[in-house]
Amino acid sequence: MAHRKHLNPSEQQRRRLLQAGVGAAALGAIPGMTLLPAQAQAPFDWKKFKGETIEVFLVKSPRGDLLTKYHKEFEDMTGITVGSEMIPEQQQRQKAVIEFNSGRTSFDVIQLSYHVQKRQFGKNRWMEDVRPLMADKSLADPNLDFADFAKGGLTYATQPDGRIDSLPLNLDPWVVYYNKELFDAKNVAYPKTFAEMVDAAAKLNDPAKGVSGFVGRGLKNANVPVWTSFLLGYGGGFVDANGKLLTETAEAIDAAKMYQTLLSKYGPQGVAGYNWNEAQSLFVLGKAAMWLDGIGFAAPLEDPAKSKIVGKVGYGVMPAGPKQQASALFGDGQGISAFSKKKGPAWFYVQWATNKTNQTRILQNAAGAPVRNSAYQMAQASGEIKSPKQWVETMVASARIAQPGLPVIVPVTEFRDVFGIALTNMINGADPATELKKATADFQPVLDKSEKA
Amino acid sequence: MSVASMPLGVVARRQRSYYRFILPALVVVGAVIIFPWLFTLWMSAFDWKIGSDAHFVGLDNYTGLVHNQRFLEAVVRTFYFTALAVIAPLILGTIAALVFHRQFPFRGILRGIFIMPMMATPVAVALVWTMMFHPQQGVLNYLLSLVGLPPSLWVYSPQWVIPSLVMVEIWHWTPLVMLIVLGGLAALPTEPYESAKLDGASEWQLFRFITLPLVAPFLLVAAVIRTIDALKAFDTIYVITSGGPGTASETINLYLYLQAFAFYNIGNASAVVVIFFVIVMALALLLLYVRKRTQWT
Repeated sequence: MAHRKHLNPSEQQRRRLLQAGVGAAALGAIPGMTLLPAQAQAPFDWKKFKGETIEVFLVKSPRGDLLTKYHKEFEDMTGITVGSEMIPEQQQRQKAVIEFNSGRTSFDVIQLSYHVQKRQFGKNRWMEDVRPLMADKSLADPNLDFADFAKGGLTYATQPDGRIDSLPLNLDPWVVYYNKELFDAKNVAYPKTFAEMVDAAAKLNDPAKGVSGFVGRGLKNANVPVWTSFLLGYGGGFVDANGKLLTETAEAIDAAKMYQTLLSKYGPQGVAGYNWNEAQSLFVLGKAAMWLDGIGFAAPLEDPAKSKIVGKVGYGVMPAGPKQQASALFGDGQGISAFSKKKGPAWFYVQWATNKTNQTRILQNAAGAPVRNSAYQMAQASGEIKSPKQWVETMVASARIAQPGLPVIVPVTEFRDVFGIALTNMINGADPATELKKATADFQPVLDKSEKA
Repeated sequence: MSVASMPLGVVARRQRSYYRFILPALVVVGAVIIFPWLFTLWMSAFDWKIGSDAHFVGLDNYTGLVHNQRFLEAVVRTFYFTALAVIAPLILGTIAALVFHRQFPFRGILRGIFIMPMMATPVAVALVWTMMFHPQQGVLNYLLSLVGLPPSLWVYSPQWVIPSLVMVEIWHWTPLVMLIVLGGLAALPTEPYESAKLDGASEWQLFRFITLPLVAPFLLVAAVIRTIDALKAFDTIYVITSGGPGTASETINLYLYLQAFAFYNIGNASAVVVIFFVIVMALALLLLYVRKRTQWT
């Protein structure tokens, strides 16, 4: 596994001190930072880069919207002008790769999806290591409080070689949305294990009334996290230490069988073409008993204009598998382009975007799950949380058992494509073991090549 | 003075002076068409993924594609989609043109309404159809239920996804065929019809032996335009199915898009482009050949 084990706080502090030394020495070597050593002892001042302009490249998402809304606050505080571009995820990913590859980026700060871009950006060293910046007292906000970031987020932000080339912004653990009314009507309790989950789906499935026991993504590529959610519970993994895929093991096959059963037996007709939006629209109509997806959907489910089941939605932590209880985790963060000529102001922006106030705002506006532990207390203290209580509790509980929902490899999109097709084929009746064997054989050479390159 | 009667030296001088006028166009064509094309050909000989180094691999990308089942299926699917998406609008468009060629009340308004789909943006059209295809909430299954038919899975079924996508193409592009054929019909002489009627020809015979041969060149133009459009169809398929379920609607273009912009396999994608170019050229030449034949007869 490419992930570094998380460090305990005291060890973290020790490392930070070590890094501080290394960082100070390394500062002179960072392009665009040549002026900084002379000022290294100056106290931190938000106005340090007053008058500069930076470009920020965001993903169209509730987080992107929220940050854009408060850009004025950053500008007033620092005197730095922010130009920002916010485009949909897929296009943003393509544009980022093309710009980084050209060796010149139009942006200084970029929002990235860890589960897709971390390894790609890290391997190519497209983002600046922020450890020296954190170590420099004249550049690091005294309120940065690095230890406040949750384990899952820091694991995501840390590259296998120890570099930290971004700060985490949002975590997206997968949870089960369930329809309390349907559960109560048939006197079914929220499942605690995978076996109970299948049982519940069977009991609640009622095709005559157009009600599906379970709904989730069947569309290739999008569907892979559903399978990996089960894979984690079965104790399976993605890639072993030698770079060999673990996707045709007994655990992988069991998880695929569970996926196949839930979607093809208890899912709606045509689920092979469902992405999250189709699943959501079925669920808000009260036509699905359970829906497994990312945590970010509370807002539409509780919106009377969009949902027929307002107040009837239950939020549940992913049931336990035979080996462990785990929630598949995705996340995004913000980093500084290694090609930026304004790394100082860019670093100020990253610190501001991931600060406690903005993290709290994410929670208050149901825009996602913040990475900072303090955000939960601050939001609760403010009494301004718009999201339901059970949702917040589920999020906290899920974050505690979260594990990366996708392998941290460069060709992750290809992984999702190849295994996504296998999963879609399973919904249409193909044998899980055969499909996984074929997909693994197809993908292993792609992975080998990407690691060699 | 005609060129033929000029002294040779003058002709040569004059021809030389022509080149100066062609030069700007040549430069532009060279920069935006010929250079990218040659560069694509060059890149197709490399194993290059964005973010890693390029290695020269000769024809490996091509041999890989020839043995790549997914790519071969995409080629077959492209032909299947193209055949349906050309033939159906041609037939329906011709029928519509024959209808609108006659005089009847409100003909102008109705013709205007008929050609409206053509003006819609493909992505917007695709989004609307996506909603209509939805197996549980889509209007199409509701309409089927009104006439007592069982619901269909439309684009959510691997078997029906291509015909369903062709439905969108038909809705969108039949008006174009209608306009082209209508133009042809308007240009037809009336004499052959009058004499045929005197000889007692039926309506069908009038169509089969007079109208159809006379509008055949127009139909061929429509067929060429439709073939090119259908071969390059990407937006509607991408928006509605993204090539799914599984790979059931993955045409060459969708495969190419994935290779180039999702997996960043630039070398392999370039090879796909070259093969696709050869296919398009072959089809275009075939249609031109048929066109020549129709002109002779």
